[in-house]
Amino acid sequence: MSQGVEVVGLYVRDQDEALEFYVDKLGFRKHTDARNGNYRWLTVQHPDQPSFQLGLFKPGPPVHDDGTAQTLEAAVAKGAMPPLVMVVEDCRAAYERMTARGVEFTQEPVDRYGTVDAGFRDPSGNGWKMIQSRR
Amino acid sequence: MSPIKDPVSAEPATQDPELLRRLLRAKDRMDAASQEEWPVTRLARVSGVSEAHFARSFKQAFGVPPHRYLLTRRVERAIALLRDTELSVTEIAFQTGWNSLGTFGRVFRDITGDSPGAVRVRERAAAHHLGPVPNCIVSAAHRPNLTTAVSEKRRQVPAGIIGSNNEPEAS
Repeated sequence: MSQGVEVVGLYVRDQDEALEFYVDKLGFRKHTDARNGNYRWLTVQHPDQPSFQLGLFKPGPPVHDDGTAQTLEAAVAKGAMPPLVMVVEDCRAAYERMTARGVEFTQEPVDRYGTVDAGFRDPSGNGWKMIQSRR
Repeated sequence: MSPIKDPVSAEPATQDPELLRRLLRAKDRMDAASQEEWPVTRLARVSGVSEAHFARSFKQAFGVPPHRYLLTRRVERAIALLRDTELSVTEIAFQTGWNSLGTFGRVFRDITGDSPGAVRVRERAAAHHLGPVPNCIVSAAHRPNLTTAVSEKRRQVPAGIIGSNNEPEAS
């Protein structure tokens, strides 16, 4: 058995919208989608990373009171959540592919420090850096 | 929730996340191209809100008025160019979106508390603390200031941009 981080979650404004974004636009796979009342545990997985899941969670009851949920949703929508980084083989090719699928890029691919990076946001406002792996 | 209330503002204490997401789009666009002109009409269009509401909503969301935010971003870019390139202050001013060297110098000093020349010297002295920056860039930053021509300096000094404690011509 291997030890380590298994799930890291993001806050999203709408789980259906987020699932569509991460699966259809970014190429993740749905891993777990379990409901209990109005609580929904939803995770996706990168096809190359079978030991890690990205959780797509909506702030709200039963975990958060209304005021806290509102604060969290505002923080996400303002782009105030921590940065996320995705590594890709070819940043420009991924940029072209994702742009064609309607991903909202905040920064076009730029050559920097011997690699290429770009930036995009998910529909909720979570910001991603996409960095080309060094060869 | 907010203890300080703007008496002239009719904005609600909490902003709609949908609105915030659209305001973020305007902020992202300024980040991506801070050298461009961003009048409120253009920003309001990006956010899909009325011009009347844009500036107030933006300030409520991000703490600074949109124009001030833009100037701050331009100065941040200028600092990076001062640190990482050999471009002259004049070139940096025009690349980062100013039409006038005088305005650049004034806003730069207003935001950083120092002149571009002095910030260049200070940033380069601190460059060895930047772990992830590759060696070639760090060494470029430590290189004696040989690429700035004397004639260029003569042009810059009367403009009042370069600080008096400038780097030595060669060392």
